[in-house]
Amino acid sequence: MNDALDVALRLLVVFAVFLVLPLVIGQTEHKVMAHMQGRLGPMYAGGFHGWAQLVADGVKFAQKEDVVPADADRRVFQLAPAVALLPYLLVLVAIPVGPSEGAVGQVVDAGIFFVLAVMGVGVLGSLMAGWASANKFSLLGGLRTAAQLLAYELPMLLAAASVAMAAGTVSLPGILNAFEWWWLPWQIVGALVFFIAGLAELQRPPFDMPVADSEIIFGAYTEYTGLRFALFLLAEYAGIVVLCGLTTVLFLGGWHGPFGTDGLGWVWTLLKTALLAFVVIWLRVSYPRLREDQLQKLAWTTLIPLALAQIALTGIVKVAIS
Amino acid sequence: MPPIPGSGLAKGLAVTLRTMTKKTVTAQYPDAQPELPPRSRGVIGLFEENCTVCMLCARECPDWCIYIDSHKETIPAAAPGGRERSRNVLDRFAIDFSLCMYCGICIEVCPFDALFWSPEFEYAETDIHELTHERDKLRDWMWTVPAPPALDPAAEEPKEIAAARKAAEKLAAAEAAPAAPEAEEGPA
Repeated sequence: MNDALDVALRLLVVFAVFLVLPLVIGQTEHKVMAHMQGRLGPMYAGGFHGWAQLVADGVKFAQKEDVVPADADRRVFQLAPAVALLPYLLVLVAIPVGPSEGAVGQVVDAGIFFVLAVMGVGVLGSLMAGWASANKFSLLGGLRTAAQLLAYELPMLLAAASVAMAAGTVSLPGILNAFEWWWLPWQIVGALVFFIAGLAELQRPPFDMPVADSEIIFGAYTEYTGLRFALFLLAEYAGIVVLCGLTTVLFLGGWHGPFGTDGLGWVWTLLKTALLAFVVIWLRVSYPRLREDQLQKLAWTTLIPLALAQIALTGIVKVAIS
Repeated sequence: MPPIPGSGLAKGLAVTLRTMTKKTVTAQYPDAQPELPPRSRGVIGLFEENCTVCMLCARECPDWCIYIDSHKETIPAAAPGGRERSRNVLDRFAIDFSLCMYCGICIEVCPFDALFWSPEFEYAETDIHELTHERDKLRDWMWTVPAPPALDPAAEEPKEIAAARKAAEKLAAAEAAPAAPEAEEGPA
């Protein structure tokens, strides 16, 4: 009975975080993007500086008609948003926030494997949506998503493998327990590769070729309306939370900080995650979209060699230490 | 020296970050009124006391958006034995702002300074027919017409003032010329 209550509580907390943090990041994006462009952003909803803008958006989406195109593959079409969103919830369960046993939803022994495998599933949602919509723009978007997934999954895995090698474990809390501050410069290349590849996997600008609204409308999500469309958007922001959280845990030392690590570890984790989320928004505002061939070129000729070099470096240093 | 690879990327990030720290340029319009430049072309105000119903504006208007109705009145002779005069009295002056393209030709062409640009711009209506504004509204907009802005420091003298000054100088010269010979004769 006590165990059941414990599990239920943990899931509830993870679910609450899953619902709140993406909205916070979305609102931050509204505001940061606006100010980076010399604008104010939303100012009305909720009264104080438009804090309730995303709540208002949610209400609007909920009121809209749920349209399924006549020629669409009904079942797959309706299932796709869930497939896009749920994996991020699952990943969130395994991300440790603090050093104690209570600060992680569920300790998974093969944490990195679990997390990266499940994150890959999220992209399947876009593929399903693109294929099931019976729309050529959706199909183009879906195929571009597939190409991007193929290109960027590899450097992401290689970069994560480098950390696992350094720590000698694939468990996320295990990696954090083994973390030392000098891992930061040691794994910096891997961190950059992981973060950039993760951005590409989330299809965030400047890697938003699959949804490029100026050429293929909205890619795989073209035919979606109402709540299902909102779920896809939520998946994007949940993806940012997960990517930033993972980068924090794997490369930035998670709950470790220069001071106050006892009891306040979760603050460090959240702080680092928020900083990375800001960088995600910052990159979106600053850079234009990469062309399809540039995307592929960046992955295969830059990120993968860099990730391989990082693994080699990790191996050499590891052997030298031991 | 060739640029460092990636310096362009860093420059892009710097630009957006710097913009974020600066004050935004957004004007919160319904809450704060905009500061319009002098001679803003908002609407056209009618100073109907100056209007002689000459119809020049209505005829010059490229899209015929000015409606003018008038009737003739006879003014009795001012002095006994004099001739009766007749004049036009304005009955209706309306501008259809759904047609008006704000070219300002009517204002340019008016020989009696009866039409003016007003910076007023909030006159939206829910029906297009209500955009035909009658003389009362046009007269009311006259109150919003600002005084003309001052001339630039080194600007040429306005024509009216130049003409008046020349006339005054000529008059002064004419008065001084006959006075001078008298002054010479006086003490002799």
